[in-house]
This record gives sequence, structure tokens and C-alpha cells, in this order.
Amino acid sequence: MAGQNLPELLEVRDLGLRFGGIVALAGVSFTARRGEITAIIGPNGAGKTTAFNCITGFYRPSAGDLDLTHSDGQRFALARMPGHLIARRAGVARTFQNIRLFAGMTVLENLLVAQHVPLMAATGLGVLAILGLGRYRAAERRAIDKAKAWLERIDLLARADDPAGALPYGAQRRLEIARAMCIDPVLLCLDEPAAGLNPSETAELGALLLRIREENCSVLLIEHDMDVVMRISDHIIVLDRGRKISDGTPAEIRADPHVIAAYLGEDDENADDVAHEALP
Amino acid sequence: MSQRAPLLDAFLSALVALGLFAPMVGLQTTVGVHGIVLVPRPFAVAALVGAVFVLRLLVRLWQARRPPEHAGVGRIGRAFAGLGPYLVPALLAAALLMPWFANRATIDLGVLVLTYVMLGWGLNIVVGLAGLLDLGYVAFYAVGAYSYALIAENTGLGFWSCLPAAGALAALWGITLGFPVLRLRGDYLAIVTLAFGEIIRVVLLNWVSLTGGPNGISGIPRPTLFGLRFTMSDEPGTFAGFFHLAPSPMQRQIFLYYIILVLALLTNWVTLRLRRQPLGRVWEALREDEIACRSLGINITTTKLTAFAVGACFGGFAGAFFATRQGFISPESFTFMESATVLAIVVLGGMGSQLGVVLAALVMIGGPEMFRPLADYRMLIFGLALVVMMVLRPRGLVTERRPSVTLRRNAGAIPAAMIAEGRG
Repeated sequence: MAGQNLPELLEVRDLGLRFGGIVALAGVSFTARRGEITAIIGPNGAGKTTAFNCITGFYRPSAGDLDLTHSDGQRFALARMPGHLIARRAGVARTFQNIRLFAGMTVLENLLVAQHVPLMAATGLGVLAILGLGRYRAAERRAIDKAKAWLERIDLLARADDPAGALPYGAQRRLEIARAMCIDPVLLCLDEPAAGLNPSETAELGALLLRIREENCSVLLIEHDMDVVMRISDHIIVLDRGRKISDGTPAEIRADPHVIAAYLGEDDENADDVAHEALP
Repeated sequence: MSQRAPLLDAFLSALVALGLFAPMVGLQTTVGVHGIVLVPRPFAVAALVGAVFVLRLLVRLWQARRPPEHAGVGRIGRAFAGLGPYLVPALLAAALLMPWFANRATIDLGVLVLTYVMLGWGLNIVVGLAGLLDLGYVAFYAVGAYSYALIAENTGLGFWSCLPAAGALAALWGITLGFPVLRLRGDYLAIVTLAFGEIIRVVLLNWVSLTGGPNGISGIPRPTLFGLRFTMSDEPGTFAGFFHLAPSPMQRQIFLYYIILVLALLTNWVTLRLRRQPLGRVWEALREDEIACRSLGINITTTKLTAFAVGACFGGFAGAFFATRQGFISPESFTFMESATVLAIVVLGGMGSQLGVVLAALVMIGGPEMFRPLADYRMLIFGLALVVMMVLRPRGLVTERRPSVTLRRNAGAIPAAMIAEGRG
């Protein structure tokens, strides 16, 4: 592969964030590799969403670096970029734990808003497009085609003209992912995409994420549904109380006594005991 | 809505009514021999309290009978929707043909209504589409009016040459206001825009060397039709002289009417075009969810500023028209009441609806003028209308939203319940 000597897609080094006296994240370091699904798991309040908000520019970290490298070698220091440019230039898209669709706009409009940046560039500062001149028409047709392609993939083409707020919950989750994908990201960050889905919807979601991975978009995933995480992740990072406690493949994580301790609420001493017992 | 039993609810309402009416209606002051005497009026109070009791009971029983999602109102709405395709052409035709049949007073009223329609359409961009609550819209109206008056006074240019400058200056002030308030939402945004409107007025009032202070600016040039002036003589260079007509003040009135009609329709056309384009769509997305917009790489700062600038620009055009129509402007014409009226038109019409603004302007501006004989009861009717609106159509006259782009031809409108109102 050409990217042999390229840095990893996302390198998080010593990420720290404190709100006043409360330490939300301290010294968290991990990498998300190109073409992989990386999952971040941990008990409630572990700092998963906080880490996400740092990566996607909604919080500014108080310490540490976030380096994103595109496959063409372009590098972005996410910790020092304005929020909207992280999505626009660096290509980091995200979804939200509590779905944030444009509920009063149609499904199709939601996907067109996501393509705002290239569409706006085709309007000639808005003036030419008002007069019906310029290359806006062609750009809009392309944007609609792209939106249709995504709607077909998430099985919502028939509801393209319905308001997004009228969709059932599972469909809203899928639409939010499709909307994020419409900005052509290199890294898709999903905050609990399986929350509130029934088992068959969860299975569909897993399949969708695997297909997205195959199309050269890496995925960073926060999830509580361990079945999904273990099945589709290539790499798992475990956070607890703002620190990283484990990092590895699903099999390694499943066997890590620290992780088990964190989830079952045992203290560290016991965890060490468990670790000793686990050793032959 | 209260979950109490209808009878208990009606009783409590009657109790509140008793508390209110007992001092206000129950005690009449009459001038007696030894000064003012209080004459009790128990029967009037009893009648009013009884009326409140019965009405409240009827309202509750009516509410209990209808399904929760306003079926009665829905029926009215559907009837309107059936009229929809004909309503807009009918209104447009009426607006175009009106000056040929109407008398001078009606044309004057038409000019006034159209000015407010234009202001409403301009503010609709900021409030209805972008969801930014602006209580100081009159500031841009004032900037447009004073820009035109001052440029015309100092350079001798006419209305048509100054119009773009008035719009541009208002847009500039829109951006100037936009910058400091970008981070504010909801109530805070409303307060700062309110203050901005007042600041502009107070500056106009006190900067006597430039604006003439409270004396205002008079002798503002009237608009011309391709250089033809509208005067009371038929000498060459006037409208009457060129077309060999008898000079009449009506000609200028009709001309002014058509100017404001064209300006208003221009506002409407630009807004409708913008709505179908990325800029307008992203304004609406901003109203729906600002954080989601940011996560999609949209620059919220510039998006909000464009909304302020475009809205302000049309306010400036309307202001320039106001100046040229009146021939005289002073800070008194740009009080908070104007902002409130325009905002009321937008909210009453249904935020984001272009047709709603027209209907609301007709009701709000045309109504009081047409029912002059009822002037004594104006506030009473106004209050009653407010209550009726809140009960029946809390989100305005036209609440549906038409999608800006559809795949199917017969795609329906989006009901109001889905649509966010914006948090500023």
C-alpha cells in the first residue's frame, strides 16, 4: 500500500479536558487506523462523548494533540481548527447521541443541506443562481442524484419528500448516518448509533457500517451494544473515568480483566486479583 | 391544557373573573355633591362573571368533543388549502388592478399595506427562515430612509440612483448588528436587537448636524418615471406633459403604489428563489438545528450574517421608499412600535410563510383603517383577536411549510408541529 509510511488516520495524543475542577479526560492516547472501524466503549460518564466532541470540534481540548492525516498526506491539527472546518476540510463527519435531524425539512432536504458547501460554491455567491445563471442547475442535479443513491442504500427513497421528523426512530438513525456521509468524510464518528434500535435494525446498521468501511471511510464508534461492537469493530478502546484503561482487538478486550472490572464496578485491587487468576 | 373537570375549571375561571371585575366594573365612580362617590354595580359584575362561567364551560365541552389535533381548525385549514392555488393569483390580480378602480384614500391605504408587506417579507427572512428573533428591524428601515434622504440632499441624485445605496447601507448595518449578536440566542438576541433599534433612533435624534435631529429632513425628492416628474403642471419633463394628460395628484399616488408593489414583489421573488437554493435551505436548517449545521461543515457565522444582511437590505429599500413617499422623515417614524408591528405581521402570518405575511398585513394594517368607525373598540377587538388566534391557530395563519425541493410532483406540505421555530 502507498500509505505504508503515512501516519495513522487519526492520532490522539495525551488528550485532556477539564471543566473547572472536573477532569473529563486525562492523558487519553489512541489511534484510529485507515479503513477500520474503531470503537470507543466504557461505562456511563467515562468520557466517550467528550472525546468525540473534542475530535469533531465541539469542545476545545485543554491538553493534547489530535492529528488527522488524509491518504494524500495532508495533515490537520483538529485541536486548533474552527468547528465547521473540521467537517469541511478535514472530512470528519458525526452523528449525535440524541438524533439531530432537521425535523421540519424533508428527508431529501436534509441530505442536500449536508452538501451545502459544494452546492454553495456553484451558486456564484448566490447572485447568479437567483438569476438562474451559472452552473448551479447541474450541481443541484448531481447533489440530488447523490442523495437519491444514499436514500436507496438506507431504504428511504420512497419517503424522500416526507419530513424527517415524521420518520420512525430507526429510519431517523439511518438518515442521520446518510446525511453525515453526504459530506464525503474520511472519518465518520457515530455516537451510539444502535441506541433504541430493535435487533433487526441493529443488524442492518452493522451491515451498513461494514459497507461504509469498505468504501474507504473509516469509522469511529461509541456504542453500548456489545454485540454490535464485538462483531463489527476492528479495534476497541476502553475509557473509564476519563482515562484509557484498555486498547486492542475485540478478543483482547473481551479477555481484559480491567475492562470487566470497570463494567462490573469492581475496584482496581480486585481487578489485579482477577488478572492474576486469569494468568496460568 | 388543564386536566380539571369542566365544571370546576369554569368555576375557577369565574372566580378569577370575579376578582378582576369586582373592582374594575363593580365600582363606578360618579361625581356627587361632596366629591366622587362609589356606586356599586353588583348586577353588571354578576352578568360578566356568569358569562365567563358559561363561556369557559362551553369551551371545555367543545374541546372535549373534538379530537386532540384540532380537527375543527384542520377543516378550516383544508378549506384554505383548497383555495390555495387561486388565492395567490387572485391577490396578485387585485393588487395589480386596484389603482384603476379605487379612490385616493384606498390607494394610500394600499401603499401603506404594501410597505408593511414588504417589511414583513424582509423580516421573514431573518425571523421566519433563519429563526433569528429580531426586535429591531425598524433600524434598517430608518437607515434606508435616512440614507436616501441624505444622499439625495447632498448629491442631488434621484430615487432610483439612491435606492441601491440605501439597500447596501442597510445591509452593511445588518452585518454590523449581526457580528456582536452571533453568539446570542433567544431572549438575549431579542433584547440586543431591540436595543440596536433604539440606538439608531436615538442617534438620529441627537446627531443634529447630520440628520436635523427631531426636525427631521424635509424636501426629499420624489421618484421619477424615467426622468419624468410628477407635478401639478403639464410643462415639458413632467409625466402629464409628456403624455398630454391633465395633471392630477392621483398620477403620483398610482405611480408610488406601483413602485412599492414592484419592490415588494422583488423581495418576494428573491426570497422564493433563495429558499430553493443552498443559502435559503441552510437558513432553514439553521432554524431547525444549529449544532447539526456545524457538524456538516456549514459556517454558522456567515450564514447568520447573510440572513441579517439580506433582510436588512430589503428593509433599507422599504425605508428609501418611505422617505420618497413622505417627502419628509424624522426619528418619530422609526419607533419600536414599527418593529413590533412588522414582527406581529410575520408571527401572525405564520413564520416563514410568504402568503401569511400578506394576509397578516391586510388584517393588521388594512383592518384598523377599514373599520375606522369602530376605533373606540380597536384595542378590545385586538385583544379578542389575539386570544382567538392563540386558541385556534397559535402558529399563525399559514403554518405549513412547502419543501424547497421534491422528488415526487405531488409531495405534500410539512405540518407546523414538525417545524422548529428557532431559538434565536
